[in-house]
Amino acid sequence: MRKQRGLSLFAGAVFAFLFIPLVIITITAFGENSTIQFPITGFTFKWFTAVFENQSFIDSFLLSLKISLLATLLALVVGIPAAYALTRHGVKGKDWIKNFFLSPTIIPGVVVGYSLFQFIVIRLQVPLFHGLLLGHFLISLPYIIRVVGSSLEQLDFSIEEVAWTLGSTKFKAFTSIVLPNISSSIFASFMLAFINSFNNIPVSQFLSGPGISTLPTTLMNYIEYNYDPVVSALSVLLMLGTIILMFLIEKTLGLAKVV
Amino acid sequence: MSKKIPYLILAPGFILLIFFLLIPLVSVIWPTFYNGSFSIESYTSFFQDSYNVGIFIRTIRVSLIVTFICIILGVPTAYFIAGTSPKWRGLLMAFTLFPMLTNSVIRSFAWINLLGQNGVINKLMSSIGLISEPLPLLYTEFSIIIGSIYLFLPILIITLVGVMENINPEIMEAAETLGASRIKAFIKVVLPLSIPGIIVGSVLVFTGTLTAYTTPQLLGGNRNMMLSTFLYQNAMTLGNWEDASVIALIMIITTLLVMKVFNLIANRIDKRGEQDA
Repeated sequence: MRKQRGLSLFAGAVFAFLFIPLVIITITAFGENSTIQFPITGFTFKWFTAVFENQSFIDSFLLSLKISLLATLLALVVGIPAAYALTRHGVKGKDWIKNFFLSPTIIPGVVVGYSLFQFIVIRLQVPLFHGLLLGHFLISLPYIIRVVGSSLEQLDFSIEEVAWTLGSTKFKAFTSIVLPNISSSIFASFMLAFINSFNNIPVSQFLSGPGISTLPTTLMNYIEYNYDPVVSALSVLLMLGTIILMFLIEKTLGLAKVV
Repeated sequence: MSKKIPYLILAPGFILLIFFLLIPLVSVIWPTFYNGSFSIESYTSFFQDSYNVGIFIRTIRVSLIVTFICIILGVPTAYFIAGTSPKWRGLLMAFTLFPMLTNSVIRSFAWINLLGQNGVINKLMSSIGLISEPLPLLYTEFSIIIGSIYLFLPILIITLVGVMENINPEIMEAAETLGASRIKAFIKVVLPLSIPGIIVGSVLVFTGTLTAYTTPQLLGGNRNMMLSTFLYQNAMTLGNWEDASVIALIMIITTLLVMKVFNLIANRIDKRGEQDA
């Protein structure tokens, strides 16, 4: 396709719009002043040190990691067999069940968080940690169902049938034939669900309390009362984390397949 | 092998969703209809309060504006990305993905830096003598709109690139050979073929803006509440669970309604396409 100057300029401006705000954050993370200034005066790493000296950032980062990993693993364990059953077997009301499994993406996050908080935490007195874990499980599950489901639909069913005819049990065929063949989509769905769970605010906001607060929630509450380059520094660290994850996805299966 | 097995392996997820999604939702929303007797009074009185109606209308208005601007910005950009060589396309897609995978708190914080009293934009404008006093850009509906566009534009672009890649480039060439200018070929050929993608992307942007919490909370301030921030305030600050639940159902119904309407439009356009072909 031939290039068109007007179109290139337009797209360039859109990319500038997408990146300039993030570039400004990155620059302000190195300024010496104790309030955020742009352009910056001086150059320092002290705000990065300050991030690691802030115990609530460290604690909430560890909690975020734990919640996101556990929730995503639980979603994999529950979601992969469900996606398999939905694509391979003549389940009655298949579309209905599939929509039900995908419904956490349709219900607004604040509503999921609010109803979990009110019913699970307040009425049933379930500890916040478990509420948080369940909330994150709910928002992770649709990614697993969708990504694993679509790769199962493309997988040639006959290789599994061959294994059955050769005397393999259904369980054995599933674990040794089907799972390895969809491993890249399992990884992709895991990464997508993990990133989404790690970044989630609306569900987490309702289910946080003393000592139980995910990193984005802690950061958000911090921003409402403080305006200093520590936030910029933490943002830069989180963006670096995102770049590393994107790099890992690209190396293992290509970003294009994830989206 | 028993026919029960698929149901057996569906059961854990099904039960978890019923216990931790469906039952909590019903238990929150049921009391808004049933309080000794059945009535929809919670809803009629909610909509009789002009303050509540204002928030509802603001939410719809902001979502519409954001969707519209995202389409204006996203369609040409996606067209540009789809037209580049595979190597460039990969790089540009990664550039689009990066903001999308960046936490929404960070992305809203970026706009606090830009729009604040001492923010980049105010400083820039006063240094070139355009303004003498800083403009109140932050904590306005404008800042929610720009923050939401920033949040959801990448989603629209990524959805559309996928659709536009599948349009056969020979169709464009044919249109040009037959004498159409590039812009005309784009408007007459590429745009109609992209409409299903634009609709899917628009639903994501619209419902995303409608239900976003972080951006209106950080960029809107208390005077520019949206439904999600209003729900949070009612539930956690005011302890008004009745209204919080009413807002919850309004949000669910609005989301479903928007999806339904857009789907109807998409179906109609698809059918028309078939008749044309």
